[in-house]
Amino acid sequence: MEERIGVFVCHCGTNIAGTVDVKRVAEELAGYPGVAHSTDYTYMCSDPGQNLVKEAIKEHDLTGVIVAACSPTLHEATFRRAGTAAGMNPYQVEISNIREQCSWVHQGDKEAATEKAIRTIKVMIEKARLDEALEPISVPMTPRALVVGGGIAGIQAALDIANSGHEVVLVEKDASIGGHMAQLSETFPTLDCSQCIMTPKMVEVAQHPRVKLMTYSEVDDVSGFVGNFKVKIRKKASYVNRDVCTGCGLCSEKCPAKAPSEFDEGLAERPVIYTPFPQAVPNKPVLDAEHCTYFLKDGKCGVCAKVCPLDCIDYEQKDEIVEEEVGAIVVATGYDLYPIENMGEYGGGKYPDVVTSLQFERMLSASGPTGGEVRRPSDNEVPKEVVFLTCCGSRDPESHLPYCSKVCCMYLTKHAMLYKHNAHEGQAYVFYMDVRTGGKGYEEFYTRAAEEDDVLYIRGKVSKIFEEDGKVMVWGVDTLSGKKIEIAADMAVLGLATVPNKAAGELANMLKLHQNEWGFLSEAHPKLRPVESLAPGFYIAGAAQGPKDIPESVAQASGAASKVASLFAETEYHREPIIACIDEDTCAGCKVCVSVCPYDAAEFDEKDKVARIKEAICEGCGACIAACPSGSASQKNLTDEQLYKMVSAALEV
Amino acid sequence: MFEPRIVCFFCKWCTYAGADLAGTSRKQYPPNGVVVRVNCTGRIDPQHVLWAFREGADGVLVGGCHPGDCHYEEGNYKTMRRVQFLKRMLEDMGVEPERLHLEWISAAEGEKLVHVMSDFVDEVKGLGPLELGLTEERVTAGKA
Repeated sequence: MEERIGVFVCHCGTNIAGTVDVKRVAEELAGYPGVAHSTDYTYMCSDPGQNLVKEAIKEHDLTGVIVAACSPTLHEATFRRAGTAAGMNPYQVEISNIREQCSWVHQGDKEAATEKAIRTIKVMIEKARLDEALEPISVPMTPRALVVGGGIAGIQAALDIANSGHEVVLVEKDASIGGHMAQLSETFPTLDCSQCIMTPKMVEVAQHPRVKLMTYSEVDDVSGFVGNFKVKIRKKASYVNRDVCTGCGLCSEKCPAKAPSEFDEGLAERPVIYTPFPQAVPNKPVLDAEHCTYFLKDGKCGVCAKVCPLDCIDYEQKDEIVEEEVGAIVVATGYDLYPIENMGEYGGGKYPDVVTSLQFERMLSASGPTGGEVRRPSDNEVPKEVVFLTCCGSRDPESHLPYCSKVCCMYLTKHAMLYKHNAHEGQAYVFYMDVRTGGKGYEEFYTRAAEEDDVLYIRGKVSKIFEEDGKVMVWGVDTLSGKKIEIAADMAVLGLATVPNKAAGELANMLKLHQNEWGFLSEAHPKLRPVESLAPGFYIAGAAQGPKDIPESVAQASGAASKVASLFAETEYHREPIIACIDEDTCAGCKVCVSVCPYDAAEFDEKDKVARIKEAICEGCGACIAACPSGSASQKNLTDEQLYKMVSAALEV
Repeated sequence: MFEPRIVCFFCKWCTYAGADLAGTSRKQYPPNGVVVRVNCTGRIDPQHVLWAFREGADGVLVGGCHPGDCHYEEGNYKTMRRVQFLKRMLEDMGVEPERLHLEWISAAEGEKLVHVMSDFVDEVKGLGPLELGLTEERVTAGKA
């Protein structure tokens, strides 16, 4: 069939027409091969403009449409819908960008801009002449989600997805869900107790009929694609039959060995068979084989097995792989603190009275190792002077990390305030670069600390911390007065930078998720798609994406959950059909395409000795097409033939 | 005055978006290049570049995502190798390798696009028109 292309040149008011002679463009193109209709209009995207296109499609029986207007990122979808409404296949409607890449950038030269517009449109006419009618690829949708990470973001995402009617598998690497939020004492700016708002959510998610909670488990492998992921989850050996265990706690009580408590950030010890904290969910122990006498000394001990009334202890237990099928994956792997060992200028962790911010949280916590009293780790005395340091590792591009960790200004303010509530006679100093209080009620909170609780804020950086005569010597400078400051303090608290969780990096690599330079997960668009990953079917929530506080993490988690719910609203997922295809008649079976495909979408059929493209997986990058030596691989609606003709059109004299 | 004709292969994720940004920022650059949008620079076959020269291009500009930023993970690395290889081939064929230029331009680098485009146009102007010495017969044969 002879192609009949319609060309619609938009004036965009004067945005295009002010520089490009749109009348001349439309007139010249009317005579171009394949063009059956060519016209111009002030605003093609307006209702009358779209109607003009729709009517012309019917009137001139068009086989293809070019709208010469703004960038395809703006109105390609608009005009494809208009085309569909007029009975045309949407993939035969194309945009030629003569605004962003022509009229706006060649404002001083109307003649040249007009000529470039003509050539730019010819390029798309040549493409449209060979465009085929395509249908989106439909793949079945498994309306079941995997949430990785059981901190507040993961819990919120799991709850929201489950409450929207879909099943969720929530995987947490530790023995309990709760994440860092469960460790916190009180939360800024309201000072409500973290456990009080966190534990009900932990219980809710664990008891939710649509949530399958897998703690002490890690994601080992993910294959497949949006709507159809296959996930292998490794249930780590806990040496406790946790399905039978009632959490009576006898084993932990009688266990003779001890190890540093992770939950208390090493400030206290826990038994070797332990639940991380009293409100743990599930409240069932795991056995830490690394420190267990039974494992270290060839079966000596075995106390836990002896005391367990239900015979739950199983020293022979092995890791178990569980397979799950899901349609979407939410990654909420959270954060870690920048290692104190990296802060050599502040002692690098060798001074007991220089503590991390999370250690200080545990001290402030009523359920913590000091029962909520601030005590010096070295001698258990109440410190009289405490120095709080912001930006430990953050905003320090020369020595550490360049970015702002966002939450430290606020939690150190909270720390200083709570310390003052704890030790009324004490003095709290906060060294700061800038106090960043961007959040509802945050500035007021900071003002309260400075004015009502007499926290002394000193603008400047601490250059060095060292121990002398039982004191923590803090050397800094007050940049406002220009004076050198020396404080013989009793304790220092480091507001260490927020970094992505260690395990998250490996997971991101496995899932092929983009990360920024520092390992935080990249969102699909920094403003408009903040909870989606560029890889379809993956969503991100919480501090895995960047430093953020609790309300932001919760909001992002709910956002990710609503994206998952809208994905699951359809029983099928539709993908763009602009993918690769292989001519099996000419395919020589060399497998080059298989080797270059980053998605394993090209597979070799051993029986027919040809390569085939898995349509549901192919992303349409075209790597296999450029690499195919026999020219058998092609891209739908961007074939080599189209590209050659487009190049020729771009150069036509 | 010689005005070179330039074909620009831009990937849709980074450089094409960078060119859009140059437009929304109303930055000005010479109009010599016409853009052919591809999903990924990894889609560009060396033959497409050779074809552009044969069809009268005085220069070819390839623009893609920065290393590590490719939307398809590694398409730009493939392009990097192909462009190196093509430059050597062009030299063998008596074409100045500078007529082919590869640049990483992100969606945020509208300003960079303007500089790259302006500099490349100047460079090709300096090289003068590309004379391949194709006969009329050869040109027609290629188009069949």
